[in-house]
Amino acid sequence: MLPVPGRHVRRRIMKKLMLGNEAIARGVYEAGATVATAYPGTPSTEITECIAKYDEIYSEWSPNEKVALEVAIGASVGGARAACSMKHVGLNVAADPLFTAAYTGVNGGLVLFVADDPGMHSSQNEQDTRLIARAAKVPVLEPSDSQECKDFAREAFRISEEFDTPVIVRLTTRVAHSQGLVELGERENVPIKPYIKDPGKYVMMPAMARKRHVAVEERLARLSELSDSTSLNRIEWGDRKVGVIAGGIAYQYAKEVFGNASFLKLGMVYPLPEKLIREFASQVETLYVIEELEPFIENSCLGMGIKVKGKDVLPVIGEYSAGLIRERVLGEKPEKLNSIEEDIPVRPPVMCAGCPHRGIFYVLKKLKLNVTGDIGCYTLGALAPLESLDTCVCMGASIGMAHGMEKAMGRDSARKTVAVIGDSTFIHSGITGLIDIVYNKGTSTVIILDNSTTGMTGHQHHPATGFTIKGEPTRQVDLVKLCQAVGVDRVNVIDPFDLAEAEKVIREETAADEPSVIISRRPCALLKNVKFNGVLKINPDKCTRCRMCMRLGCPAIVDRGTHIEVDPALCVGCDLCTKVCRFNAFERVGGENA
Amino acid sequence: MRSTAIMIVGVGGQGTLLTSRILGNVGISTGADVKVSEVHGMSQRGGSVVTYVKIGEKVHSPIIEKGEADILLCFEELEALRWIDYAKKDASIIINTQRIDPMPVITGKARYPENIVERIKAEYENVITVPALELAKAAGSIRAVNVVMIGVLAQKTDIPEEVWIDSIRKTVKPQFVELNIEAFRKGYNL
Repeated sequence: MLPVPGRHVRRRIMKKLMLGNEAIARGVYEAGATVATAYPGTPSTEITECIAKYDEIYSEWSPNEKVALEVAIGASVGGARAACSMKHVGLNVAADPLFTAAYTGVNGGLVLFVADDPGMHSSQNEQDTRLIARAAKVPVLEPSDSQECKDFAREAFRISEEFDTPVIVRLTTRVAHSQGLVELGERENVPIKPYIKDPGKYVMMPAMARKRHVAVEERLARLSELSDSTSLNRIEWGDRKVGVIAGGIAYQYAKEVFGNASFLKLGMVYPLPEKLIREFASQVETLYVIEELEPFIENSCLGMGIKVKGKDVLPVIGEYSAGLIRERVLGEKPEKLNSIEEDIPVRPPVMCAGCPHRGIFYVLKKLKLNVTGDIGCYTLGALAPLESLDTCVCMGASIGMAHGMEKAMGRDSARKTVAVIGDSTFIHSGITGLIDIVYNKGTSTVIILDNSTTGMTGHQHHPATGFTIKGEPTRQVDLVKLCQAVGVDRVNVIDPFDLAEAEKVIREETAADEPSVIISRRPCALLKNVKFNGVLKINPDKCTRCRMCMRLGCPAIVDRGTHIEVDPALCVGCDLCTKVCRFNAFERVGGENA
Repeated sequence: MRSTAIMIVGVGGQGTLLTSRILGNVGISTGADVKVSEVHGMSQRGGSVVTYVKIGEKVHSPIIEKGEADILLCFEELEALRWIDYAKKDASIIINTQRIDPMPVITGKARYPENIVERIKAEYENVITVPALELAKAAGSIRAVNVVMIGVLAQKTDIPEEVWIDSIRKTVKPQFVELNIEAFRKGYNL
C-alpha cells in the first residue's frame, strides 16, 4: 500500500525527518547561538535535549525556568545569541524576567521557545502564550511544521537583534511532537558582540525604566510595520468566496478543510499585520479565523471592525483537528463505517511496574493522610486504586499548600497532612516553600520523592543527580544537608520499598510538632542502571484472593475473575507485592521463592 | 501519487515511538512528503497512545481523521477497538493478540470487552492477527513486539525488505540491531 521508493529519492537527500523540537534545535544551531538554557517540560523538552548534542553550544538544565531565562538574558547582554526553552506554564515562572527583559532589550539575540499544550496531553492548564507575550510586549512567531520551526528559529534571532527585543517562538504540542521533512543549512558564524556597560539600558530602576518603556512602545510600532511586510505573513490567493486567517498547526488543519479557499497564513502572530488583514478581508466574501485556544487573532479583527467567523462555532477548549473544523464549520460529520457500539474502558496513565512512588502512596493511603501533591509522575498517585493525593496546582505548590492548610485548619491538622514533591520539583521551587515553613513556625511534614531524575519528561538530569545535561559529573546538591541548612532538624532518608520502615517514619514525623522532611529514595524503575530480580508469578495454591496486592495498583497484577495473575510481559520483579502478600503466594518464575 | 495514512495504537511503554521513527525513515525513502505525529509525556506512562504516520505528495495535517487510516497497526486488542472508527472500510488492520488491562479493569470499575478480534473481523475484511509477544520472545526479547509488528506491516507493502531493515539499522542502538532484525523477520515471514 505504501508508495514504492522512486527515482526522485536522490533529489531529497538533503532533507531530514525531524521532530518540530529537533528542528528548533537545528535552527538555534544554524543561527550561531552559543548558549541555551531550559527546565524540562512537555512538550518542549526535546528542544534542549537536541541542542545539547551540538558541541558548539553551551547548554544547561537550569533549576527552573526563571533561572533559565535569567541565564539566557545574561548571555544575551554578554553578546551571545541565546535560546531559552520551556512549556507554557514555565513561562509563568519566567514571566518576571521576561517582562523587564522586554524593557532592557538585548545585545546578542534572545529567543524564547515556548510550547503550549492545547488538549492538555501532559499539562495542568491550557493557557495561551500569545496573551502573555502581548502583555509583555514581545513579538511572537508561530511555525506550522518542522521546516518552519527551523526557519523561524533563525529569523527570530535576526528580528531580536534588529529590533532590540526578546522574541517568543510559540509552539503547540502537535507541531513540537510531529516529525516533518527539514532541509538543513550551514551554521552562521556569529561572533560574540562586545559587552558595553549601559546602565540606561540594563539597569531597570524607575528613572531608566521610564525611558525604556517609551522605547518599548516605539518598538512595537516598528514591529507592527514588520508584521505587514515580512514574508512570515503571506496571502495565498485561491477562491475568494472563502478566506481563512490561520497560523501554526491550525493553518495545516484549515488547508485540509478549505482546500482551494484563499488563505492569510500568519507566521508572525504578534503584533498582527493590520494592513495585510484589512487587505485580505476586503477581498473575500466570508472570512474565517481558525486558531486553537484563545480568540487572539479573532478579537483583534473584531477590534479593527472586521467581521469574522471563528469562535462562534469553534471551541476555546481543547485541541483542534481537520475533522473537528469540518464538523463545526461545514457541518460535515464523518460516516460511521462499522456497527461496533461499545463503552470502551478508558486507559489513564499509571505508575510503571517497579515505580518507587508506589510504595509511599500505598503507605499514605493506609494511614489516611491528607496529601498535598505536586507536578510529576507521582501526580498519578491521585488515581485509583492508590487515590492518596489530594491536590496538584503547580511546580512546588505542595509545600506552600501544606503550610497554608496548617495555618487555616490548625496545628493538629499538620499531624494528618504531608506534602509530596519530586526531587527535581523540589529543587525547581519546593525549597522556597520549605524555608517558609521553617521561618513562619510551621510543623508540616514534607516527603521528597527522590527517584534520582526528572521522570515524567523523560529522564533529565537536575542539580541533585550529580550530572549535567551533557552527562558530565558535577557537584551534586545534597538534599539532606540542604534541608538541614534551611533549619529542618528532622530529616530522614527511607527506602519506599521498605513498607514497614516507611510507615513507621511517616507516623513519627507527622506526629512531631516541628517541621520535618522525609527523603524517600529509590531510583526510577526506567533508569538504565536499575536492575530487578526477575519476573514473579502467583502460586494458585497459596493465593487466597484476598486482593491485598491489587491495592498497589500495579499494572502487572491482574484479576482474571477466577484467579489473580502476574502479567509476565509487564512484571519487572520489583518484589513490592511480596511485601503486602501475607500468604507468600508470589514466587519467582524459574523456581526459587521471592 | 497515492497517499498513505498509518495509525499505530497501543499502550504507553510498548515502543510506539521507536516504531514511528522506523516508519518515518522508510517513508523518506519513498521520496514523498512525510509527517509523523507522536505522543510524549504523561500518556507514555501506561496510557492509551496513538501515533500517526502520513505519506503523500504534500501532507498538511499530521493527524489522521475518522475513516481515513489505510493501515491500523494495533499493539493491543482494547486499543484496536478504541480506534477502529479511524480505519477505512478496506483498511489493513493488524492486531497483536495481547491484552493489557487498563487500571479501571484492574480495579474492577470496568470490564474488558470480549471477542474484540472476532467483532472487528465481522466488520472489516483485511484483519490480520499476530501473536507478537510470542514471536518477540522467540526472537530474543519481549520488548521487540513493536518490531515484529513492523515486520507484519512491511509484508503488506510494496517496499523491499532491505529498505525496512536499513531503517531499523539507522534507528535502533547498535547493540540491538541483530535482535530487532530477527524480530522484524519473524513478523515479515508470518
